[in-house]
Order: sequence, then C-alpha cells, then structure tokens
Amino acid sequence: MELTPTYYLILSALLFSIGSVGLLVRRNPLVMFMCVELMLNAVNLTFVGLAWGLNDIGGQVAVFFVMVVAAAEVVVGLAIVVAIMKRRDGATADDLSVLRG
Amino acid sequence: MSLQLFSFLLAGLIVLTGALGVVFARNPVHAALFLIQTLFGVAVEFLVVEAHFLAAIQVIVYAGAIVILFLFVIMLLGVDTAENLRVDPLVGQRFAAIITGGAILGLLLAVINSVDGVTGNPASLRAVDQNSITGETIPNINQLAETVFTTHVFAFEVTGLLLTVAVVGAVVMARRIPGALQPLPDIPALGGSDDEDSDVDADVEDVDVAGEA
Repeated sequence: MELTPTYYLILSALLFSIGSVGLLVRRNPLVMFMCVELMLNAVNLTFVGLAWGLNDIGGQVAVFFVMVVAAAEVVVGLAIVVAIMKRRDGATADDLSVLRG
Repeated sequence: MSLQLFSFLLAGLIVLTGALGVVFARNPVHAALFLIQTLFGVAVEFLVVEAHFLAAIQVIVYAGAIVILFLFVIMLLGVDTAENLRVDPLVGQRFAAIITGGAILGLLLAVINSVDGVTGNPASLRAVDQNSITGETIPNINQLAETVFTTHVFAFEVTGLLLTVAVVGAVVMARRIPGALQPLPDIPALGGSDDEDSDVDADVEDVDVAGEA
C-alpha cells in the first residue's frame, strides 16, 4: 500500500469535524480559538497533501499565508479576550455576548 | 505497507488523539498542551510529503508562538479553572453540535469518495522539481522562496501589512486606559446561572410578549 493524497483528505476531514464540534460545544473562548486552530490545520493538511499529489508548490505557498493569517487572528482575538476580562469576570462565550451591536 | 504510509498513520493517530484532547480537556491548560501534540503531529505529516520548510514553520510559529500566547493569556487572566463539561448550558446544543459535526464529516467524506484521486495533470508539473539545465533536484525551500518572492510577492507584502495592523490593534485593545473603566452594561438575560434568575428571565419574557400582544 502506498500513501496517496486521499489519505490526507480523509485525515483533514476528521480533524476539521473534530474542530467544528469543539467550536460549537465549548464555552471558553480560548478553547474555542484552539478549535479554530484545529480547523485551520485541517485545511493546511489538505493543501500540503494536494501540493504533494499534484507536485505543485502553490499549495505550500497557500499554507504559508494561512499560518500568517492564523497568527494575526489569534493576536487580535486574545487581545479582545483580555480587554473583556479586564472589565468583567467570567470567560465564557455567554459573557462575550455584550459585543453585539 | 511503505514507510511513508506508516509514518502518515502514526502521525495521524497523534493528530487525532490530540484534537480529541483539545475538545474534551476540562482545563484550558491541558487543552493547550493537547493542541501542541496535534500541531507536532501535523508537522510530521508535512515532513512525510517533503514540505520541510512548512514543518519547521509549523513547530516554530504554531507550537512556539501561538500556543505560548494562548498559555500566556490563560495564566495572565487566571481562567484556568476547570470547566464542568457534564452540564449542557443550552439544552440540546451539544446534541445539535454533534449532529452538525457528523454532517460536515459525512459531506466531506462523500466528496472525497466521489472524486477519483486528485485531478489536474501532475505529469506536466513534474518537471518543476528539477533544474532543467543541471538536472539537480531543487530543494523544497528554494522552490517555495522562488514562488513567494515572484508570483505571490504582492500577497506577501499585504501579509506584512496585516501583521503590522494586528500588532497595533492588539496593543490598542489591551492597553490600560487611565481612569476608571466604565462598567459594561449588565444583561439581565445572562445575569446568572441559578434558578432564581431564570425565573425572573421567564417573567420578563412573558411581559414582553404581553406588551407586544
């Protein structure tokens, strides 16, 4: 048996589903961010697996940019959590509903 | 079974157990540590298909920077109290979430199953790996650098701008404003978790409905 890109697609589908369930179930915004990271990593796995399967370096370039965007997202998201926590105790998603417009 | 497939399966096991740990760990610190496990597994998966540069970046940026940032905020804010996962805050939410996740998984697997292998024309791209003059194999990092700094150079510049904006935004949001902070408005619907409050909420909703009628 040889490794094919389909294995990568199946693994990333599993990882993405686990991440989405975690995002929906957990109430702690930090853990929700971690689940978003899981989903982003699932997409990165798809990109890298297909870049290998098609022998096209473009997929790896996309992963490179996804990582940068993920870093920026985490920085801003954690700053929001810190700003909320300075004013209000409790760190569940329900406490953050005050952000609504 | 080839060594490549064996490495893939072993790393896949690490990735999936880590992901389940993130979802089911009651303590956020434990979730962050499970996240490191998953990210290292993904780095190994990158190595299996010879994405060496991305594997290094995965370990340095994700495990070295992002998870440390998570842990830093967890420690700083003291929100590392264990969450009781047995109670379902919204009735039926967990069930709906699992149904949704299962549906996503089913859809993805159906799509993967319906596609017969990867599409495209790999044979035409196969030449990229080798220098046409010397015939030597070009390392992965050289190919990546050449593409990023030629074809995608504008996206690269915009990414730098994005990072700058993110850093400035984080500093603006997290800085200490002089003077007392305005208290946030209290939302009665989310005021507490005890039964008394929920009774009050029910009354308020009844009044609203009556007013509309």
